[in-house]
Amino acid sequence: MKKSRLIMVLSALLLLPLFVLPIWNITLEAPQYPDAIGMDIHINKFEDANPNDIKNINIMNHYVGMKDIPETIPEFGIFPKVILAMVALGLIAALIGKRRLYVAWFVVMVALGSAGMYDFYLWEYDYGHNLKENAAMKFTTPDGEPMAYQPPLIGSKVILNFKAISMPRGGAYLMFLGMGLSLAAFYIAKKEESHEADLAVA
Amino acid sequence: MKITIRNISAILGSCLLLLFVGCNQNGNGSGALGSDIAQRVYVAPGEHDEFYAFVSGGFSGQLSVYGLPSGRLFRVIPVFSVDAEKAYGFNEETKPMLNTSHGFIPWDDAHHPDLSQTNGELDGRWVFINGNNTPRIARISLSTFETEEIIELPNSAGNHSSSFVTENTEYVVAGTRFSVPVPQADIPIDEYKGKFKGAMSFISVDQETGHMDLSFQIMMPGFNYDLAHPGRGKSHGWMFFSTYNTEEANSLLEVNASQNDKDFIAAINWKKAEELIEAGEFDVMPSEYAHNVYDESTHSATSTIKRQVRVLDPSKHPGLVYFLPTPKSPHGCDVDPSGEYIIGSGKLAAALTAHSFTKMLDAIENEKFDGEAYGIPILNYDDVVAGVVQQAGLGPLHTEFDANGNAYTTFFISSEVVKWKLGTWEVLDRQPTYYSVGHLMIPGGNSRKPFGKYVLAMNKITKDRYLPTGPELTQSAQLYDISGDKMELLLDFPTVGEPHYAAGIPADLVKPRQTKIYRLEDNNHPYAVKNERDTRVERNGREVHIYMTTIRSHFAPDNIEGIKVGDKVYFHVTNLEQDYDVPHGISMIGANTSELLIMPGQTETFIWEPKKVGVWPFYCTDFCSALHQEMQGYVRVSPRNSNIQLKWSLDGD
Repeated sequence: MKKSRLIMVLSALLLLPLFVLPIWNITLEAPQYPDAIGMDIHINKFEDANPNDIKNINIMNHYVGMKDIPETIPEFGIFPKVILAMVALGLIAALIGKRRLYVAWFVVMVALGSAGMYDFYLWEYDYGHNLKENAAMKFTTPDGEPMAYQPPLIGSKVILNFKAISMPRGGAYLMFLGMGLSLAAFYIAKKEESHEADLAVA
Repeated sequence: MKITIRNISAILGSCLLLLFVGCNQNGNGSGALGSDIAQRVYVAPGEHDEFYAFVSGGFSGQLSVYGLPSGRLFRVIPVFSVDAEKAYGFNEETKPMLNTSHGFIPWDDAHHPDLSQTNGELDGRWVFINGNNTPRIARISLSTFETEEIIELPNSAGNHSSSFVTENTEYVVAGTRFSVPVPQADIPIDEYKGKFKGAMSFISVDQETGHMDLSFQIMMPGFNYDLAHPGRGKSHGWMFFSTYNTEEANSLLEVNASQNDKDFIAAINWKKAEELIEAGEFDVMPSEYAHNVYDESTHSATSTIKRQVRVLDPSKHPGLVYFLPTPKSPHGCDVDPSGEYIIGSGKLAAALTAHSFTKMLDAIENEKFDGEAYGIPILNYDDVVAGVVQQAGLGPLHTEFDANGNAYTTFFISSEVVKWKLGTWEVLDRQPTYYSVGHLMIPGGNSRKPFGKYVLAMNKITKDRYLPTGPELTQSAQLYDISGDKMELLLDFPTVGEPHYAAGIPADLVKPRQTKIYRLEDNNHPYAVKNERDTRVERNGREVHIYMTTIRSHFAPDNIEGIKVGDKVYFHVTNLEQDYDVPHGISMIGANTSELLIMPGQTETFIWEPKKVGVWPFYCTDFCSALHQEMQGYVRVSPRNSNIQLKWSLDGD
């Protein structure tokens, strides 16, 4: 089997760890939380970074009117299917062995990833802006607007007494690696083809 | 001329400076200018102390927890006395902890904490402490810093030579300072001699749960058993008790118990006792004593009255007990880390007597006896003594050890700590205490592996040492650095109650064991509710049970109606929090009890018996959150004959 095909197989399989490892994480740091509290986001669930973290985030956030982090969201039904489909498509591409399919797979992954990030942003926006009317504490920004508590999409941001950090986790890094490998498979396949062409000429 | 004067003053100035520097070097590190002492006890904000010191509260009945070297107080653990701050002995869950065969007793006199050991080394599992007055032994968890178990001791009185832990925590051993008729009987007091007995109690400890069981008692002659320590290393399997009043006086003991030139250290072979128990050679004596156990999963204690105890009579079992003659009413009875030397501090003498365990075994084997007392062989003094520390001070009381073969003894009358050498018996150093020192403590000083960096001396009297506070003054502890050849006084800090004795342990052995929260799913309290949906109020005749929860920052329910005058209202409150250091409290106006202080995941109960019609508030007593002041509720109390039905709600739901 050609090296490029093997690499394409590997890149498709690198999506599977997403069923075990979190894809994203939001961590909140504050002096009175010497052990930071946080939430791991998987493709099918929210999980405490440490026991009871989500409960404690909810308790804290309810004072400013933020809603509880939901037990589940519709995306958790969709993401696993999409990932499995992309694994299957990647494997089929490797089986067919056409390098254009590799790059096509990559492009679809980028598109789906962007859609996922946009979806995540919408949720974060709603979570941070859609506050209960009867919140005990209502803070405003210096220009008098109601304060929002939206966590950053990626990176860190200071929200009141907390520093919120939003970063990809293991599952995402392996997925990125897989996507990179699909591009590598494309270029290697190209080399292999020109090498074969050379041989044919010779 | 001016220049000259300036020069002269400069020279004078430097001379003065030299004088000070000179002072520093010769001044033995005393005085603020002369040392870095402040730095050596300074633990910067946010930093942790190196050692925990568990300091008994004496007549406060509690155990306080300090950090060393800073001397900062972290917590007072309620043990034998009720504590309204923590609802200990006030809430329904902990009342059984203070039950005895004499009923509920809200106080005791807590004396000698001792830490659990494995292979003769501190292991950080539990600390034990004795209640002196109504004889009891308590076990405190070093995960929760709560009293988990208290066992009463029958046939005992003045439980002073207690609680000392053998080197694998096989037993916690307790003696009796006051001998009493055994079994108790209505007899004339002056029939003391021969009729009064001293019961030595061996309490076995379950290595998994820590649960204590009074395994057996050795019924000794009617002397006063003052202090004790277990053998270790080579002498493991033996227990040593100091005695006074071998005169068996029953009145004016200060004179009549001070007549004999020598009293005894009693050496008990508890391995032999175990064999006798195993072989069934014991008597079973009817008795009555309470055994109280706190269960972490139900957050509740139960008290059981036990009805019998196994007893061994040493006069019937040769080889079980020997007496080592020891001068002048020995008080402290301390065993060095190797287990070879047993130090008796003759408190009415100026000398310390060190017995040799090896010589003792030899004297036993060769029957070098000097008579007997109540059938117990008395070993010949000269055949067991290893050495005497002469003229070390006045009124020696207690000795602890470092890891380098040095011993440190307190002298009550001359108010000092004296350092001396095991084996050569020479005095190496002495430092004054302020004043009238009793016990001293070196972390691990009662084990095979002492951590000989500090000694903590505990004083009975402070007189002028602190800001005065009326006629009653604080007692104190003093910290000395013993890492060098000479001891150095570093710190002197006030204590809770009488700092009778202490046990110290490196913090690293305790910190990793800490319980941070109680898991809600593990809460098996019969009246626990795990979520707000299940909160409710139930009536059973005149009894009303409120199943209530707390979470930042409200109670559920917080409006209750349908209570009537004359009801007995039980508030069963579960703290739904699962975050570290977020307790909630609750108190009700007019409740004849203390507040509750409920840890995350815990359930506690108090009783309120409303006597007046009205609407009465309750509130959170522990500052829990930004909305703590809003954490409150109301109970409507109606007349006895009213028809108002039970009703409860939170935010109208």
